[in-house]
Amino acid sequence: MNSVRTPVSFAEATPRERLRALVDDFVEFLDPFARVSSPHLAAHGLVAQRDDGVVVGRGRLAGSTVGAVAIDGRFLGGSIGEVGGAKIAATLEAAPGGALIAFDTGGIRLQEANLGILAIAEICDAIVALRARAPVVAVIAGRVGCYGGMSLAASLCSHIVMTEGARLGLNGPDVVEQEAGPDEMDARDRPAIWRLTGGARRVAQGHADALAPDDCAALAMAVRAAFGALSQHLERLSTTRLRASFDAALGGEP
Amino acid sequence: MHEIVVERLGGRAIAGRSHVGVVASGNLEVLCEPAAAPRTRITVRTTVNGFDAIWRAVLERFLERHAVAADIEVNDFGATPAMVTLRLEQALEAADA
Repeated sequence: MNSVRTPVSFAEATPRERLRALVDDFVEFLDPFARVSSPHLAAHGLVAQRDDGVVVGRGRLAGSTVGAVAIDGRFLGGSIGEVGGAKIAATLEAAPGGALIAFDTGGIRLQEANLGILAIAEICDAIVALRARAPVVAVIAGRVGCYGGMSLAASLCSHIVMTEGARLGLNGPDVVEQEAGPDEMDARDRPAIWRLTGGARRVAQGHADALAPDDCAALAMAVRAAFGALSQHLERLSTTRLRASFDAALGGEP
Repeated sequence: MHEIVVERLGGRAIAGRSHVGVVASGNLEVLCEPAAAPRTRITVRTTVNGFDAIWRAVLERFLERHAVAADIEVNDFGATPAMVTLRLEQALEAADA
């Protein structure tokens, strides 16, 4: 396995280092030696990575056992294909007490087309189902950021923590320039891209919830704080609690 | 897609398994596991054709330096020979740690 050293920069950390920084007692499901990789890439002349660019498992977060997901932005732009998408969806469906997702993805993997779209739909479905009963916290703090279909998935999460260097958007700058022309967006104008889609902007707009520095410990603290507060909020909204409040208000026995 | 297999008999057992690197431009992923038989087999999958002689030289040199019994899988994305050597050394060091 990779080094257990926790680097200071989250953006420079590997997906496994990122999850070890954000949750306690991380245990990986389907590690690279399970060799669950994409069967579709060879046909496109691409070598598959053995974890399909997605690390999933479980860990402890603010007293809960949570599903933990990190997308590897270095492998094919963190794109989501059939296998990686299924790993994420299954982890979210099985997560007992909420989930943490570290996004670093350009969205769907074009080589896997409809299978990728279906996978992202399943991920969105799983997030919506899970967030009704437990927090689903998103961290967008990688070099790729979070784009395409996966920006929809991130936006469905209970809470989004971003860094200033990270970006969140539907179409990436190159796609906008290609489709709408350089007058609409100059993909080489990096300051403009960050002014539009960077973490600080997204938090100011309310598209993301919290800004943290690119530091593993700081991001872990932001995630724990959000997870704890959301858990309390969901607990207050729980059916048993609400029924007890009604009963008390009506003067009956809870 | 192109596969290269290099094998060498004999060598000591390694302590555990390791996974290093990434399939990204100029980089490679290495999976290293103890082998059931007393030999090392390195299987390379790469999209770059026409460099078999260099691959074999790099892998043979690694096997000359390290007489181990391991199954090593390399998934390459156009890494340079120096990068390949460093990743193999890193994988073996991590597997023995």
